Amino acid sequence: MKTVVLAVVAAAAAAAAEIAPEDRRSGYDFAAPETRAMQDDDTANPGILGVLQGETLWTRKVGAADRSCADCHGDARLSMKGVAARYPAFDPALGRPVDLEQRINRCRTEHQGAEPLTWESADLLALSAFVAFQSRGLPIALRSTAELRPFLDQGSELFHRREGQLNLSCSQCHDDNWGKRLAGSVIPQGHPTGYPVYRLEWQSLGSLQRRLRNCMIGVRAEPFEYGAPEAVALELYLMGRASGMTLETPAVRP
Amino acid sequence: MARVLINLPARAKRGEVIEIKTLIAHPMETGYRVGPTGTAIPRDIINRFVCTYNDAEVFRAELFPAIAANPFIAFFTVATESGELAFSWTDDHVETQTEVRQITVE
Repeated sequence: MKTVVLAVVAAAAAAAAEIAPEDRRSGYDFAAPETRAMQDDDTANPGILGVLQGETLWTRKVGAADRSCADCHGDARLSMKGVAARYPAFDPALGRPVDLEQRINRCRTEHQGAEPLTWESADLLALSAFVAFQSRGLPIALRSTAELRPFLDQGSELFHRREGQLNLSCSQCHDDNWGKRLAGSVIPQGHPTGYPVYRLEWQSLGSLQRRLRNCMIGVRAEPFEYGAPEAVALELYLMGRASGMTLETPAVRP
Repeated sequence: MARVLINLPARAKRGEVIEIKTLIAHPMETGYRVGPTGTAIPRDIINRFVCTYNDAEVFRAELFPAIAANPFIAFFTVATESGELAFSWTDDHVETQTEVRQITVE
């Protein structure tokens, strides 16, 4: 009996391996054909409405400095190309990584003299969607700096740690059981390839942090606050895990 | 003004059936939800969509609270003559947004 238990434990440990690069699949591949068609057609993808809104905000002068994003960064199609593919990135001033939303807000407070935008506000989602849209079709490629290493490790630890009343880790679903079903929904691999994403359930754009909170509430854990260093570390780990996969922003997901 | 995406062919042959796709940014608040303080969020939906082709109505839709945010409406019409297509969305505040697109029929 004891050997059987040990064998089961050993099998479970073996199953907790990472997904091989050739087996990695975007949430797009698990979505229904109708959802995929919606994402593929820029005139049917509601996330594009956010991108267009972001384009307007990009050139709007705000704050005490009366400067727009475009005044410093110019044409986003050139200056922001590939930027979202390497975020979260290390911020030397803070000594920790910041994600795209935090980067936008730091630009606002430091260079524009404006109030930071609130998390999940339409304006912040629109701006981050517009910036990330410039990297659509590019592979995810974090800057492999030594500074990021401890935060990647922290994110990995969070990803593999059991939590909540259901006592589940991220990896138990997204590494070990992807492709199977959780109630009626297919469990995807959890690659952040299209954020901010237009989720049909939300009927709006939403950030990766909102999605992470969703999962944490799902396993009945206390979710991280928006912008918490742990949440950014988890985002960082997920982007590293999806390294080389193509960005799809704005993706459409069920 | 809400953001709108309209997709239709710029040119078409006379008698050709063309597909028109429209998407408008709107929360489509049902009126059945309550806010964080427990008070009801008032209903705010687009309840009417009309498309006219050179002032003749070619498509109309009534919308209801069960329709999701950012309503996407696609329909077909026959390209009869060059001119303009006007698209109007009317909401619960009886405010109408109208967008016009040109089409060349040869």
